Amino acid sequence: MGRILLICRLALRDLRRRPGEAALLLLATTAATATLTIALALNGVTGQPFQSTRAATAGPDVVASLAWPGQSEDPADLAGLEALASAPGVAAHSGPYPYTQAVVEANGVTVRAWTQGRGAEAAAVDQPALVEGGWVADGGAVLEASFAQAIGVDAGDAITLGGRSFRVAGVAVTAAADPYPKVCLAPCWFGVGAESRAENGPPRTRPRPERGPPSGPPEEPSFWIGQGGLVWVTEADARGLATRPGSLAYVMNLKLTDPAAAPAFVRAHMPEAESMLFPVAWQDILYGHARVAEWKQTALLGGSWMLGLLALASIAVLVGGRMADQLRRVGLLKAVGGTPGLVAAVLLAQHLAVALVAAAAGLLAGRLVAPLLAEPGIGLIGRADPGPLTLPVAGLVTALALGVAGVATFLPAVRAARTSTVRALADLPRPPRRAGWLIAVSARLPVPLLLGLRWAARRPRRAVLGVAAIAVTVTGIVAALATDARRYAEKAPGDDPRTALGQVLSLVVVMLVAQAVVNAVCVIWAATLEARRSSALARALGATPGQISAGLSAAQVLPALGGALLGIAGGIGLAEILDDDPVAVPPLWQLLAVVLGCVVVIAGLTAVPARLNARRPAGEALRTEPA
Amino acid sequence: MPSESLSSLGPALRTHGLRMRYGQGTGLVNALDGVELEVARGETLAVMGPSGSGKSTLLHLLGGLERPSEGEVWLAGRRIDGLGEKALARLRRQAVGFVFQAFHLMDELTAEENVELPALLAGMSPRAARRRAGELLDRVGLAGRAGHLPSALSGGERQRVAVARALSNEPLVVLADEPTGNLDSAATADVLRLLDSLRETGQTLVIVTHDARVAAIADRLISMRDGSFVEETRLTRGGGRLSELAGLEG
Repeated sequence: MGRILLICRLALRDLRRRPGEAALLLLATTAATATLTIALALNGVTGQPFQSTRAATAGPDVVASLAWPGQSEDPADLAGLEALASAPGVAAHSGPYPYTQAVVEANGVTVRAWTQGRGAEAAAVDQPALVEGGWVADGGAVLEASFAQAIGVDAGDAITLGGRSFRVAGVAVTAAADPYPKVCLAPCWFGVGAESRAENGPPRTRPRPERGPPSGPPEEPSFWIGQGGLVWVTEADARGLATRPGSLAYVMNLKLTDPAAAPAFVRAHMPEAESMLFPVAWQDILYGHARVAEWKQTALLGGSWMLGLLALASIAVLVGGRMADQLRRVGLLKAVGGTPGLVAAVLLAQHLAVALVAAAAGLLAGRLVAPLLAEPGIGLIGRADPGPLTLPVAGLVTALALGVAGVATFLPAVRAARTSTVRALADLPRPPRRAGWLIAVSARLPVPLLLGLRWAARRPRRAVLGVAAIAVTVTGIVAALATDARRYAEKAPGDDPRTALGQVLSLVVVMLVAQAVVNAVCVIWAATLEARRSSALARALGATPGQISAGLSAAQVLPALGGALLGIAGGIGLAEILDDDPVAVPPLWQLLAVVLGCVVVIAGLTAVPARLNARRPAGEALRTEPA
Repeated sequence: MPSESLSSLGPALRTHGLRMRYGQGTGLVNALDGVELEVARGETLAVMGPSGSGKSTLLHLLGGLERPSEGEVWLAGRRIDGLGEKALARLRRQAVGFVFQAFHLMDELTAEENVELPALLAGMSPRAARRRAGELLDRVGLAGRAGHLPSALSGGERQRVAVARALSNEPLVVLADEPTGNLDSAATADVLRLLDSLRETGQTLVIVTHDARVAAIADRLISMRDGSFVEETRLTRGGGRLSELAGLEG
């Protein structure tokens, strides 16, 4: 007990003596824990609003659509749909409702919309819930809420639909379709039905996936598979908007006795390959709604682990630098009877204490920020509540903080504890590493590079930590840029709700950059402290302050440049891993800007301590006896 | 180049009214108090005194490693106390070689790499710098230890490497701060022989030391106390005062 008290007292005193360092550690670890908390809080955040929307709209368990995509003049064969309505396990149904595709023009935005014909009476299954205005009427269209928001229309506005003028009668939400721009009815397919069909071979006539102008040449397909919204009109208007029989399709909404069995129902009722009938389970529609939140969560989870790695690097550098600075104190502690174990325990205790505070601060900050990022998703009703803080979440966040602090502190602490007492009391620094080939190469370089390379090589572990920190940061930034590039390459007309991910990506990037700056400050602090004597010696041997200053900068900038180049490859790889779709490589100018940005920031951060170091009289550092 | 503005006539080093103060208020320390000094070309000057008497401070001021609070420092006819850091660095490169008590060798560089460093900093080609380092190591008797790291050398060998490094750019003056302070008797004898051989070649030397044996190789000895010169003795080789001093710490 007495030993524990002693460790606590020594650890507390150490923290008080170095409040700036403790604050840096706290900041670095809190950034990681807060981001992890947000990411965990966003898990399944869309589920609740989707269920509310299902309840409010009598949402279907299966949406079955049937298309006959234009290669024939035959009308859609409704027998398949009618058979589904009477299948075992079906409790209720609505439809079949006719639908077609029509070009919507509003506020300068031109985009296709799946246009579904509905009756005036309320449907037993999938009756869209109005959030604005009234229900469909002749010449009056109701727009799905995410679609209305994307193209910026409200009830009462005028739009053009299939070349005809319509009034926006209302805006409604539904649980029967993905949000804009991912609405998908036959001949578009997705979900377990698509998987089942892929296993059984492709349909005889595949839909044409290529994009074309909304109003194309006469030979354009009856259905255009791509980004689009959802509009409800009267059945008469829907039939009127279908330019020919093949461009009219039908959709039916089914309620099952066991909603959880919807995927199994879909698999069981997949028609033979030739049919253009596509049933979709409600779970797949929920997945579509959850995609935006899922992207956010993936970005935040990735970000939190990267921030954790950066915190690890920062703490390792801080502890290593501090050990070099405090070697004499460690020696004194050992000389008065402290065991190596006590020395290591004191160091571990203070960093674990900071980690615990960081875990608490991260949990609190994460809980406060998560609701701001957890909007329900446009097109759903109800509140997206990140949910209460659970024990597993708190445990995982605390484990991250303690793990980072423990791993980063353990090795330097053990090394300090094992340093010979005499050597520690003499304050002899650890001998630097020698890289013979680098010394030979650097002899041929200009003086700043000669000095910079040799300084960087003296402490390879610190250089590797610096490279790793920049590589992790650039990986995060490039992955965010790649994700962003793909989102914008695929951006739907109007205000695509998926671009809301930009907010989260920006948050992750800002936190990564902030964390990287903290790390760079730690590395530069440790490196400048260490270079005091050797830079003074170089000056005594004839190096100018400018050469010293440039050399100290080069010692940081060269590893940063290597880290940035590694990070570019890492970022594109990470985006590829995190995204099911092919990754979009960010434009070259963005990649160059990231690399140059790293170099400039590191050079800027190094410039001040390097100049201060170069201005100090060399004699001070070389003095061997008092004046 | 600074060397172009250095005169080949007159004393190698000269100071006038040199003062150096550290701290302020009640903590003010007069490390040097009005030092007047002149060192002739080719002369070997030893400065002795107890710890804290200002010997090392004087050496740092003579080599431009620190700036005086007051007074003048002249190197080969050029006043250097007001020069900027860049000009001072160039001057050191061309005209001053340092030898430190703690050797201050770069631990990760071999003896040869340590010796060639000043030449590389002065812009000499790597090949020429390596050749010069080889010659100097040969001169200090360490040709066979060129590839060794400082940690693999004895104290005396390290200091001989440091002396070779100080000679790398053929300086006008070598400033040695307690060159035998960390050495045992045998190593001290080696370094003394080396310094004496430098003296014989006409190298200007200023040596700060506690050790009377080191002072014994000098042409002139100055004693310092509390930042001031208290005694100046011109030494004659081969007896008298020299033998007396050498016998003190034998």
